[in-house]
Amino acid sequence: MLDPTPNGQPSGESPLLRTIGLTKRYGDFLANDSIDIDIWPKEIHALLGENGAGKSTLVKAIYGLIQPSAGEIRWQGQPIALSGPSQARGRGIGMVFQHFSLFDNLTVAENVALGLDGRESFKDMSARLEQVSKTYGLPLDPRREVWQLSVGERQRIEIVRALMQDPKFLILDEPTAVLTPQEADQLFIVLERLKAEGRAILYISHKLDEVKRLCDTATILRGGKKIQTCNPRLETAASLARMMVGSEIKEVKAAAGRRATVPRLVVNDLSLAPAEAHGVRLEHISFELKGGEILGIAGVAGNGQDELFAALSGERLSNDPGTVVIEGIAAGHLSITQRRKLGAAFVPEERLGHGTAPRMKLSENALLTGHAASGMVHHGFIDTAATLKTVDRATETFDVRKAKRDPEAASLSGGNLQKFIVGREILRNPAVLVVSQPTWGVDAGAAAVIRQALLDLATAGAAVLVTSQDLDELAEIADRIAVMFHGRLSAPLATGEATREKLGLLMGGSSLETKEAAHAVGA
Amino acid sequence: MQLVLEKRAERSNTIAMVSPLIAIGLTIVTMVILFAILGKNPLLALHAYFIAPLTDGYSLQEIAVKATPLVMIAIGLSLCYLANAWNIGAEGQFLVGAVAGSWIAVKTQGTDAGAWVLPAMFVLAAAGGALYALIPAICKVKFGASEILTSLMLVYVADLFLDYLVRGPWRDPHGFNFPTTAEFDPVATVPLLIEGGRLHLGSIIALVVVAAAAILLGRTIKGFEIRVVGAAPRAARFGGFNADQLIILTFAVSGALAGLAGIIEVAGPVGHLQPGISPGYGFTAIIVAFLGRLNPLGILIAGLFLALTFIGGEQAQIAMKIPLDVTKVFQGILLFYVLACDSLILYRFKLVFPNRQVARGTA
Ligand SMILES: Nc1ncnc2c1ncn2[C@@H]1O[C@H](COP(=O)(O)OP(=O)(O)OP(=O)(O)O)[C@@H](O)[C@H]1O
Ligand SMILES: [Mg+2]
Repeated sequence: MLDPTPNGQPSGESPLLRTIGLTKRYGDFLANDSIDIDIWPKEIHALLGENGAGKSTLVKAIYGLIQPSAGEIRWQGQPIALSGPSQARGRGIGMVFQHFSLFDNLTVAENVALGLDGRESFKDMSARLEQVSKTYGLPLDPRREVWQLSVGERQRIEIVRALMQDPKFLILDEPTAVLTPQEADQLFIVLERLKAEGRAILYISHKLDEVKRLCDTATILRGGKKIQTCNPRLETAASLARMMVGSEIKEVKAAAGRRATVPRLVVNDLSLAPAEAHGVRLEHISFELKGGEILGIAGVAGNGQDELFAALSGERLSNDPGTVVIEGIAAGHLSITQRRKLGAAFVPEERLGHGTAPRMKLSENALLTGHAASGMVHHGFIDTAATLKTVDRATETFDVRKAKRDPEAASLSGGNLQKFIVGREILRNPAVLVVSQPTWGVDAGAAAVIRQALLDLATAGAAVLVTSQDLDELAEIADRIAVMFHGRLSAPLATGEATREKLGLLMGGSSLETKEAAHAVGA
Repeated sequence: MQLVLEKRAERSNTIAMVSPLIAIGLTIVTMVILFAILGKNPLLALHAYFIAPLTDGYSLQEIAVKATPLVMIAIGLSLCYLANAWNIGAEGQFLVGAVAGSWIAVKTQGTDAGAWVLPAMFVLAAAGGALYALIPAICKVKFGASEILTSLMLVYVADLFLDYLVRGPWRDPHGFNFPTTAEFDPVATVPLLIEGGRLHLGSIIALVVVAAAAILLGRTIKGFEIRVVGAAPRAARFGGFNADQLIILTFAVSGALAGLAGIIEVAGPVGHLQPGISPGYGFTAIIVAFLGRLNPLGILIAGLFLALTFIGGEQAQIAMKIPLDVTKVFQGILLFYVLACDSLILYRFKLVFPNRQVARGTA
């Protein structure tokens, strides 16, 4: 085999990177507990584990972003101490983060320039940027401003930026969490190619099928400790999940007897000009969502999902009150607070900075959306006990792992923060829940818990609108699926009829009728 | 070995507490060097600045009197700054408040009006300061004009307006042509707390303002709104909070407090309206707000400390012929260090030794 696994390495040769007893402590909390990991060249190495297992912490230490409390990192056999990412980059370690670090108002090229340590001129750099992006099939226009780009394109910037350093070792922290299946496939081609060029890749993901397909080695963390290193191709998704969780993952089950009741969220011919110059215009969107029902919205990111969320939540108002009807009340002109008082709840896709204030405590973030209607405020005064109770309940119901009772939102791992945000809204027992990407970056066990909670909420009579790029997720929980393309929403298909092919066509912008008509003509 | 600035994962509350103290320490070190360059004995100068005023009752009262407007203005400013609204024009709002309140005092002069005069002056002063602060706030919200520039420029408008009044229509006819109004009547004067002393009712009002701000920020939803709009604007919008309304509100409150401080100063320690009623309270209060970590209790302490530098500066001038402007230099350096030290709350210094021996875990 040309595919050297660690066992296939000639003895005596040392790994590219090795950590020995790497430990990171936050107060009394061990985020990484004495972790040994070996990374070989020409290897795609998966790092698996539940939310909060310590994956991001480990790679941040390897990349010099945080200092380990104890332990050693060896690079090509030599012990190294990294005082910062630029030193890591200097040695040939590159990283693509779980949360992007891009400046929205700068162009692609400017963002890349800011992240590079080199001294080449801006012009040379731009030329190299275009060349690298072409070589690896990651098309990017250096002159576009970042805020105009889709999530997938933004990630491309990060990847290209990392590749421009010509790294020997590339770390990707949940790169596919935010990608469409097609975008993910493109990424895998790039990764295979990097591997063939002799580079090593450390790949964090919660998608076990992907890992089995792509990775040569997998290291599994649980509770900050290394559990095992194995060959994922010899494991099943279930056995990998078992190693991560330490027990079996529950299947998501729809309770019997769920039945659609009265319309609770109705959108009537909603058209809305974009707030930003290059945003997507919403055009004639109509749908009706009954209690007890889950409607899924699929589509490639950047086709108006964000704009639709803003229009439904009331972050953007419509001049015509009748365009959005919540619980029978025309609400298009009502603020987000008034809509919450009508019984609506919202979960945006961006958790840090949109769904939560990163530097505020969880209890304060509970208050952020709970102040309108959850008995957390009496005569203008905050009931701190009530906000803490919400934190405790969300923690318990959704198994939010954190270092202390009420930490700042930013200190939670990505998936745990997501569990908190979803929990915060579901615990309010909303009549209507509008949620974007409910399980982005959430581990398989927790994703099952969240999906189950959405199903249970619908069973209890709520209307649930789920926007997701994960078609499997929609197939699992939605009753009907509609597709968003260029600001328009297709007519919903019953989930049973919504085959991947049909959804794929809709996501690509062709309408089903014309395609079928074309087939008929061709036949 | 190398010194690097590393971002902290969680903001350090210890540093948040001690950073003002570090800043004061660094300022004093800088001042010692400055005194030495000026050819003054640094120890004597420091004594004159920081110790002497604390040793006699008169100076202590004077410190409280000077701290009163500083604290009141700084509390208002802290609300603006927490909400990301940059009111730099408190000095102007202070002057307009003083003028608005004085209007009643001037008009009722010698008419034996009743006890309503002083409360009415307070109300008018607060309203005047608030309205004056609303000009930059509304320009910001409606037209996107930088509130930093507009509020600052309005300071000079207010200053000249006051000047015009006391040289023109409001000038005391028996005042030997000095640009000042007549002494206010007793009903238009802030009562003293100690007969024959300096301490007056305004200090009590300042304490009430501090307590009210502490409750507002710590316990109420409005205070939460102010903090979250400043800390995470997008999340605040998601929470249903309107940043524009908050700019208007915090500017109005801060203008009202500055205006109230203005009339208390004029109807209290000064006793009449004249140019130069403020030695830059509105600007020094910016330093007070930051030195006090935008926290009401911190602002109270910081206000007393900066009042001490005013009094100490006067004493140092008398005793050692150190120019009064050195006080301003001191305050400027202090603000510089406060802002610099604040970065330590989110970042930390780290000494890095290449190839240092790291503790070994079990391999
Ligand atoms: N700065 C911090 N202060 C305190 N605790 C922290 C800090 N950073 C991380 N942690 C804790 O360390 C644990 C591991 O976090 P980490 O981000 O490494 O998890 P992860 O494996 O990447 O999870 P996810 O899949 O959700 O991204 C979490 O429980 C988190 O709360
Ligand atoms: Mg992570």
